[in-house]
Amino acid sequence: MRPRSLTKTVLPLLVIVGVFALVASAARSRVATVLPESPSRLAGDADSVVTKLDRLMADKWNEAGIEPARAADELTLLRRLSLVLHGTVPSLEELRLFEADTQPQRIERWTEKLLADRRFADYFARRLARVFVGADEGQFILFRRDRFWAWLGQALHDSRPYDELVRSMISHKGLWTGVPEVNFITATADDGDINMNKLAGRTVRAFLGQRIDCAQCHNHPFADWKQGQFEGLAACYGQIKISPVGVEDDANKTYSVEDLKLLEELAKLPEKERDELSDEDRKKKTHRVVAPGVPFHPEWLPSEGTERTKLAAWVTHPDNSRFDRAIVNRVWGLMFGKPWLEPVDDLPNPKETGRDSADLLDLLGSDFRAHGCDMKRLIATIAASRVFRLSSEHAAFETGENLDAIEQQWVAFPVTRLRPEQLIGAMLQASTIKTIDQNSHWVQRALRFFNEINFVKEFGDLGDDELGEHSGTIPQALLRMNGEFAKDRSEGTPFSSIGRIGVMAPNDDACLDLCFMVCLTRRPTVEERLQLLPQLEGKHGNARGSAVEDIFWTLYNSPEFCWGH
Amino acid sequence: MRHPSELVGRTDLSALPFNSRPSTLNASRRDFLRFAASSLGLSFAVPGLELRAAERRGHDRPKSFLTVWLGGGASQLETWDPHPGTKIGGDGGVTAIKTTIPDVQIAHLYPHVAEQLHHVSVIRSLVSKEGDHERASYMLKTGYRPEPTLVHPSIGAIVTHELPDDRVEIPQFVSLGDSNFPPRGGFLGDRFDAYRIFNPGDNGQNLRPRVEDDRQARRLKNLDVVSKSFQMHRSAKVERTLHQHTIDAALKMMSSNQLKAFDFKEEPAAVRAAYGESQFGQGCLVARRLLEEGVRSIEVALNGFDSHARNLEAHTNRAKDLDPALAALLKDLAERDLLQSTVVLVIGEFGRTPAINPAGGRDHWPTGFSCLLGGGGLASGQLLGATDPTGEKKQPESPIEVADLYATVLKQLGIDPEKEVITPIGRPMKYSAGKPIERLM
Repeated sequence: MRPRSLTKTVLPLLVIVGVFALVASAARSRVATVLPESPSRLAGDADSVVTKLDRLMADKWNEAGIEPARAADELTLLRRLSLVLHGTVPSLEELRLFEADTQPQRIERWTEKLLADRRFADYFARRLARVFVGADEGQFILFRRDRFWAWLGQALHDSRPYDELVRSMISHKGLWTGVPEVNFITATADDGDINMNKLAGRTVRAFLGQRIDCAQCHNHPFADWKQGQFEGLAACYGQIKISPVGVEDDANKTYSVEDLKLLEELAKLPEKERDELSDEDRKKKTHRVVAPGVPFHPEWLPSEGTERTKLAAWVTHPDNSRFDRAIVNRVWGLMFGKPWLEPVDDLPNPKETGRDSADLLDLLGSDFRAHGCDMKRLIATIAASRVFRLSSEHAAFETGENLDAIEQQWVAFPVTRLRPEQLIGAMLQASTIKTIDQNSHWVQRALRFFNEINFVKEFGDLGDDELGEHSGTIPQALLRMNGEFAKDRSEGTPFSSIGRIGVMAPNDDACLDLCFMVCLTRRPTVEERLQLLPQLEGKHGNARGSAVEDIFWTLYNSPEFCWGH
Repeated sequence: MRHPSELVGRTDLSALPFNSRPSTLNASRRDFLRFAASSLGLSFAVPGLELRAAERRGHDRPKSFLTVWLGGGASQLETWDPHPGTKIGGDGGVTAIKTTIPDVQIAHLYPHVAEQLHHVSVIRSLVSKEGDHERASYMLKTGYRPEPTLVHPSIGAIVTHELPDDRVEIPQFVSLGDSNFPPRGGFLGDRFDAYRIFNPGDNGQNLRPRVEDDRQARRLKNLDVVSKSFQMHRSAKVERTLHQHTIDAALKMMSSNQLKAFDFKEEPAAVRAAYGESQFGQGCLVARRLLEEGVRSIEVALNGFDSHARNLEAHTNRAKDLDPALAALLKDLAERDLLQSTVVLVIGEFGRTPAINPAGGRDHWPTGFSCLLGGGGLASGQLLGATDPTGEKKQPESPIEVADLYATVLKQLGIDPEKEVITPIGRPMKYSAGKPIERLM
């Protein structure tokens, strides 16, 4: 190869690698390696929201005459919280720290630690982004999901009030790259045009937890939604225009919809006359102008501002309890794997007479409002409740008698399928001794990033409806058992936990303990020891490596690894 | 009142007895297995004396559905609707060639397909309302426009759901090639998602264990013990996850003789050469082998038709793969007497604009685009619809809605397109909102 062409090939490559390394090192920051001193942001007095929530659940169980499950042990709780907040299992590094921590209120303090970790903000941002901008790829020119993720992640990390975030998504102006919240608007673009109908439907589903979508074409068959209400909401977005400076509002723009009656009128015209109409004239003859409006409580609308800022204020108005009930149900769903009320975005109307303290969504919703729409507080509250800390073992779960009815009472922690991102996240973390976070080497983080994308592609993305119930499928079982990911993540190399545990554990017992801890966050049972220890006994070198690989394979494929519990 | 079998729930367990009929809660384990098995599209029963699908031919053979997906949106002008010598066709560099259907010409890029065209009919007047890749792919795979609160099943999923075959041990709905928007089970459930083979000919992805038999046996024995620990105090709940059932079914699949269908290397060199050495060609060959084993629905995807720039070059390039493979596939199916039982559809998400843009490309065009449809007993050698040779009129003559196309496919496969199922949101939904195209039935 001539030197010139060598420079041509190598130089750009060097630049790319250099930039990548610089960015990666800049993104590494030291956070929250020290345990927080304050035990919790939640006061432990008799009237705290956690106490009220526990009382509400106890009343529910009493009324149904069912004894709830016992409390889960703290390692199980740590696993649960890690999966829910970071999308992965606790690392061996974290487990050692956790087990060495003998101070009181360990779970409360660790909840705070997990919430302060950047991994929480990043993982939760991705979960919530599905609600705000959907799971579709969208139009690349107008929509930048990565920018939206980064914005939402930073906002969650900075504990910005949730109502403020929603207002900025609905009303902000600018470019989708520089003002990433406007991706909420541009995610709905079809063929270059913003889809007002999609925005109206999504606003109600995502922020108010209700479905108005079918009123786009007709009055809702059983709810109170009317077609006119839908159109009014869509018209709130009717002044949006896309220009070189991004999303803007044009006060002179009107919003119109095609009208069935006008279409019928047009059909009565002679064919020749119809054919001669220009596109604009045709639109004039078939469309009627719709004024912006809201489906209820118009008095919450401010008198000043653009139609979008008015709508944003209305959606997040302190008296609009649908707003807080929706996010409470959503966060509950993300934490339990199943929302309090299903489907997550089809909630019944709240009581017009005011908050009902016996209604869980009202109870948590009013606390959420009273504390500045603080997402971390809401999560910490649920994490501190007795119901979140129940075991997933219960007599009814064993016998299956009346299982559906009993599950409705939340007497045990639900067993739900992990999301594909959680599954690959857990496999990646289990195969590494050290915590994979923003302080990890960029190679490690890049590996996680690309592994996740490819695994989800092969496993099957859950789409928008990620809180619906799903059971496993055969291709997924095949992927876990025989796939490239499973092979790579159970390979004993000098860098993987598999290789290192095999070599460094002082004895067979410790080796088996470590395998179980990094994969299942628990130690093996007597039966498991009896089965697995002989496979390690007297094995050295490659034979021992293979035995540890077999154990990891077993644990990755176990229902305990693949299901939240 | 609806029969419970017509109910599809949001959970994959909805087909199982305990959801719709609580009285069967104490059904024996064997019953559970049977239901679980049928819900997974598999049977644990020993195959009866009936001939395996692989041996049956002609009318006697259960019908299958094969889609050749032209991802990105193939231009109708550079494929099946060339308009030679016009401003929109000829000026773009297209000439037309005669085919085995009298008076029907197609683009010169497809000489091999032209010799096999009589096996199918040509539709030149498809219309849809979706001009974005993602939304249009959804529309063209399901027959419905995307909706925010409901995911419609792809036609392949409906066919697999409606026509399960216990004798087929391998996946009954297979997507070959790296389809950008793979066909999904939608509200019918994840288990009706297509099984994806990203690299056709790769001997069936993930279908072989990674270790030797003795280690595999040890791993499975270990798994049994570890699974039991988790089942303790929640065995009914864990049973409902179907985790073990999917593993058992996967293991059964891994040991099936039918797996050889994924391996095209067993084919004679001449056959392989006829399909072409491209990955798409290999995908078509694997598709034929899967059809022989009785696989119900197959999609083979060829991407790269999104020719916003240098349209002719892009289409010439794609035709190099598509022309030999599609021609060989049609010929092979006919010669093996499989065409009578296989509905073949060649389609993409939309067509491309009659006008050439300044970059020499064609943009998205969801009105007046083309597809090929035939086999499975459908009328062949027909020409339906026509587009305006000047390109000025958007609407084609005798427009055919996507829903009508799929109503035709479903009806031909023996499935009532008007059959309603109750979706998870409680809304009844027909399999297809269209009407079968009489001329093709």
